[in-house]
Amino acid sequence: MKRDNYGYLFIWPFFAALILLQLYPILYTFYLSFTNLSTANPDAGFIGLANYARLFTDKFFLKSIVNTWRIWICNFIPQLIFAVGLAAILTGDKLRGRNFFRGVYFLPNLVTAASIGILFNVLLGWQSGAINQALVGLGLIGEAEKIHFLASAGWTSSAVSVILWWMWFGHSMILFMAGMVAVPKEYYDAAAVDGASAWQSFWKITLPQIKPVMIYVLVTSLIGGLNNFDIPFVIGEGQNLGTGGPQRAILTMVMHLYNMAFSGGRQRGYAAAIAVALFVMVLIFSVLIFRAMMARESREGSEAK
Amino acid sequence: MRSDALPAAVEPARLRAGRKIVPRRRRRIRPGLLAGRIFLYLFLFCLAVLCFTPFYVMIINATRSTPEINRGLSLLPGKALLQNYASMQQSMNIWRGFLNSALVAVPSTLLSAYFGALTAYAFSKFNFRGKKTLFWMVLGTMMIPVQLGLIGYFQLTVALRLVNTYWALILPAMANGATVFFLKMYMDGAVDASLLEAARVDGGSELGIFHRIVLPISMPAVATMSILNFIFSWNNYLTPLVLLFDKNKFTLPILIALVKGTYKQNLGAQYLAVAISVVPIMIVFIFFSRYIISGITSGALKE
Repeated sequence: MKRDNYGYLFIWPFFAALILLQLYPILYTFYLSFTNLSTANPDAGFIGLANYARLFTDKFFLKSIVNTWRIWICNFIPQLIFAVGLAAILTGDKLRGRNFFRGVYFLPNLVTAASIGILFNVLLGWQSGAINQALVGLGLIGEAEKIHFLASAGWTSSAVSVILWWMWFGHSMILFMAGMVAVPKEYYDAAAVDGASAWQSFWKITLPQIKPVMIYVLVTSLIGGLNNFDIPFVIGEGQNLGTGGPQRAILTMVMHLYNMAFSGGRQRGYAAAIAVALFVMVLIFSVLIFRAMMARESREGSEAK
Repeated sequence: MRSDALPAAVEPARLRAGRKIVPRRRRRIRPGLLAGRIFLYLFLFCLAVLCFTPFYVMIINATRSTPEINRGLSLLPGKALLQNYASMQQSMNIWRGFLNSALVAVPSTLLSAYFGALTAYAFSKFNFRGKKTLFWMVLGTMMIPVQLGLIGYFQLTVALRLVNTYWALILPAMANGATVFFLKMYMDGAVDASLLEAARVDGGSELGIFHRIVLPISMPAVATMSILNFIFSWNNYLTPLVLLFDKNKFTLPILIALVKGTYKQNLGAQYLAVAISVVPIMIVFIFFSRYIISGITSGALKE
C-alpha cells in the first residue's frame, strides 16, 4: 500500500462517526421537518411545508425568538465591553496578580451550567433568597420590600442575561488577552514615538489587530446565545422545568424545541422545523458578521497597515 | 497558528521584559496616576468578589440548616453539614450521579483523544487526495451546534436501540473536530518528519509509529484537549436529558436540575447537592488552569 494512503486508514473512524452520528442526524432532522411525526403519527407522513407555515402562527415560537435575542444581546454587549476592557488592562499595565484575576474571572465559565441555574434559582428566592437577604442587610430595601424576582418577567429575563454575562465575560476576556499578547510590541513603540496616547494606541492598534479574535468571539457567542438552553430551562420558579418563567419571558428557541419534541404530544416533525429555522438564523447572522467585519477591513486597509 | 504562539508560552517572556521597566517608571508616578491605580485595583478586586461570592454563599449555606438559611446570610459556616448530607442522601443518591457522569465522560474523553490524535496525525503528516476538502469538513462541523441534529439523532438512537444507553452519549465523541484541529496544529510543529522516516527505516508499522512516537510526543496537547473535553462532557445537560430515561442512569447535571422538586423546602440539602456538583470542577480548575486557558484560546488564534 502506498504510504500516503495510510492517511485514509487513519481518518476513516473519525469520518464514519462524523457522517453517521452527526451529519446524518442533521439531514434526517431536515427530512423530519417535512413530516408530521408525533405520538399520534408514529409513521411520519409527508406534509410538505405545513410545519414551516405553522412556525409563523405559533406565538410561543415567535416569542421565543424575541426572548432568545433579548437575552443574548443584554448579556453580550456588557460582556464585550468588560472582556475587551479587562483584557486591555490586564495585558497592557504591569499589574500584580493578573493571573489571579484572570483565573477568578474565568472560573464561573467552567462550572456546570445546570448547577449554576439551580444555584441562582435558590439565591434569587423571594423570602429566604440570599440576594434579597443581602439587599435587606445592606439597607437598600426594607424587610417587607423583598423582590419576588422569579415572579416578574423583567427580573427573570434580566437575571438570565446577568448570569450569562457573569459566566462568559472571563472566557471572552481570555480570548482577547491571547489576541492582544500576540500584537507585536514594535507597533506600540512606534506609535509612542509618534506621540500617540495610550487611548489612541488602543483604538488605532489594539482593536484592529484583535479583529480575528473579535469575529471568533462574536460568532461563537452568537451561536451559543441562539442555542441558549441550560440556564433558562432550570432557573424558573416552581418544580416543573422548562416552563419559560412568568409570561414565558425566558422561553428560548431550543427550550421550545425541547418542549415540542420531548413532552406532551411529542411533535417531533414540527420541532425539527424549529431546529431548521434556528440553523438558518445562525447561518444568516454568522455570514452577516463575517461580511460586515471583512468589509471594514478592506476600507481600513488603506489607512494604517 | 503555530503551537508556540500560545499565550502560555508567550507570557513569561513578556512578563520578564515588562519587569525591567517597572522600577524606573514607578518612581516617576504622579499622585493622579497613583489614585487611578488604586481605583483600578479596587475595581478588579470587586469584580473578583462578584465572581466568587455566589460560590461562597453556596458553600457556606451547604453547612447551615434550613431555618438558619431562612433567617439570613452568614459569612461563617454552620454546623449542619452532616444533617444536610443525611437528608440529601435520603431522596437522591448523588454519588450514583457522580459515577454515571464519570461513566460517560471518561470513555468520551478517551475516544476523542485517541481518534482525534489519529485523525490529526493523518492530516498533519500524510498527503492523500482530498485532504484539504476533508479538513475543511472537520472545521465546518466545529461550527454546527448539536441542537440542530438532536431530533434526528434521537430517532436514530431509537432505531439502533442505543437510546437510554451511555453508548448514545459516548460514541459521537469519536468525531471531535476541535480536538483534531488543535492536535494537527501541535503535530505540525512538534512531530519531526525525519524522526518518522527513521522509524520507518527501522521497520516500524505505520500504526506502531503512531502509538510509540507520535502519541507520546503529542501528549501535552492531548492532555490539554482532554481536560476541556472532559469538562464539556461532565457539564453536558441537554443531550443526556433527551437520551436517558432511567432515573438510576441520570448524570449529575440532570440530578442537580431536579433538586428543587426533590428537596422542596429543604434549602440546606439543595445548596449541598449543588455544591457537591460544583466543587470538583473548581478543584480541577485550580490544578489545570494553565492547560485549560491555552486550550480555549487556540480556536480564536487561528489565522
